[in-house]
Amino acid sequence: MGMTMTQKILAAHTGLENVVPGQLIEADLDLVLGNDITTPVAVTEFTKTGVNKVFDKSKVAIVPDHFTPNKDIKAAEQCKLVREFACKMEVENYFEIGQMGIEHCLIPEKGLAVPGDLIIGADSHTCTYGALGAFSTGVGSTDMAAGMATGKAWFKVPAALKFVLKGKPQGWVSGKDVILHIIGMIGVDGALYKSMEFMGEGLINLSMDDRFTMANMAIEAGAKNGIFMVDERTIEYVKEHSTRSYKVYEPDSDAVYEKEYVIDLSTIRPTVAFPHLPDNTRTIDEVGDVSIDQVVIGSCTNGRMEDLRVTAKILKGKKVKKGIRCIVFPGTQNIYLQAVKEGLVTDIVEAGAVFSTPTCGPCLGGHMGILAKGERAVSTTNRNFVGRMGHVESEVYLASPAVAAASALTGKITDPDDI
Amino acid sequence: MKAKGKVFRYQDNVDTDVIIPARHLNTSDPKELASHCMEDIDKDFIKNVKNGDIIVADKNFGCGSSREHAPIAIKASGISCVIATTFARIFYRNAINIGLPIMECEEAVKGTEQGDELEVDFDTGLIRNLTKGTTFNAQPFPEFMQKIIAADGLINYIKTK
Ligand code: SF4
Repeated sequence: MGMTMTQKILAAHTGLENVVPGQLIEADLDLVLGNDITTPVAVTEFTKTGVNKVFDKSKVAIVPDHFTPNKDIKAAEQCKLVREFACKMEVENYFEIGQMGIEHCLIPEKGLAVPGDLIIGADSHTCTYGALGAFSTGVGSTDMAAGMATGKAWFKVPAALKFVLKGKPQGWVSGKDVILHIIGMIGVDGALYKSMEFMGEGLINLSMDDRFTMANMAIEAGAKNGIFMVDERTIEYVKEHSTRSYKVYEPDSDAVYEKEYVIDLSTIRPTVAFPHLPDNTRTIDEVGDVSIDQVVIGSCTNGRMEDLRVTAKILKGKKVKKGIRCIVFPGTQNIYLQAVKEGLVTDIVEAGAVFSTPTCGPCLGGHMGILAKGERAVSTTNRNFVGRMGHVESEVYLASPAVAAASALTGKITDPDDI
Repeated sequence: MKAKGKVFRYQDNVDTDVIIPARHLNTSDPKELASHCMEDIDKDFIKNVKNGDIIVADKNFGCGSSREHAPIAIKASGISCVIATTFARIFYRNAINIGLPIMECEEAVKGTEQGDELEVDFDTGLIRNLTKGTTFNAQPFPEFMQKIIAADGLINYIKTK
């Protein structure tokens, strides 16, 4: 029986010729990742193993990004514990404030994920690196601890859904609209346990930033991982960011997919997910009159260069509507610097928005922009669950940076074409 | 390795909130967690459960939050194995990692009622319904997963290596 991209990567890391859906395997890991929330728990479990060093100092990455720069004393103590552990274990890829970024923007940028890799991270959006043709998935803290100790993790080989992309996105449509459209179509459990595998001639019309955004939200459809076929754009990105060798896996011609969806990118409209689930989507034409209090642009979903470029393009020379707060937070220090060099930060700040240091901050209702009772935000993040960004009676509408920036100018959810 | 016991039968989407309600998460003591296990859908569970008993449920068992407290509570209550049509992904991982055997077998689930006596062989994947005299085949655990379960969880397993 033929294998999917995911199945091939899993087989190769297990030393098996062939794997089939449902099979349980123990695979070698290329990278184990944790953040300032999940690593402290993993450190406790790691200590219990009695192992006194990590399996490979170059294959563990720790990124304190959620409550940093430290939001309060508790966060400071968690970060201290993590820092001391990273230091004692001589973890090569520990990123302190000043070098850090939001983990899922940072790891690809640092060249730590390349095609064919097998990566686990104690954070559910670890699936982001599927954009590079790697298998990467979110796990619990115990898995992270065991991964650090042994360099291995067990998996149940997933079945797969195939997404064949064709056509070219029109106007302001970006990867965010495509993935919201797909989640709206298949539902928040539409890909439960499964791989979402993206391929087709339309792929070349999606930038790497678009693909990171899409792979990032595979978990919002319940998927174990999302993965993109590798093309010249992927290779170009990898060569620019990494010196590691990589391996490209393509699905066998007789690979088994449970379902196949053909998505014509040219027909997708800017899409918004209404509260309180990412599959509660409407196109911009169906949104109606939704007034807002805050706009949040950034996160591991949409905190990359293209996101900031489109934001600056829309805000440039205009003003954020009076009474609306607009918060922009870049994914990494490099992205921050590049935005400064390109003059984007000037455009954004002159429009009356704030430009923050890289942090998860507002995305998880952590700090730097929490919502009060009854407030509404348009956000380029990935989850709009009850209370995600603040009070349980606040609301989050998920959208692309273009829609979010346009909405900042008008104070209601707005089609960027109307600006 | 084998398990044998009486069945507690549940339906679809038993979530981690009913397995162990969030109000009891201020402790991580397994015995204390177990004393509240399933209390929101089956308040007699903890009174009636005996060492070795087996939970059988339909689809998506363990959905909801990723709390490891859920499989810990079930295991500490004496349950030897959970059989379901499907498990939520993170519950599945967490259960194996803390050493609670779980199996997916739709036929066995369909063919089992509350109170039946089951015998499960983890090495072969054979599930026997002793009350009804029927047998079902689930996928057996591969060797390394049997070892994790035998070692009482992933962390202990690593320790013994
Ligand atoms: S930006 Fe948001 S979704 Fe991404 S890792 Fe941080 S908290 Fe999680």
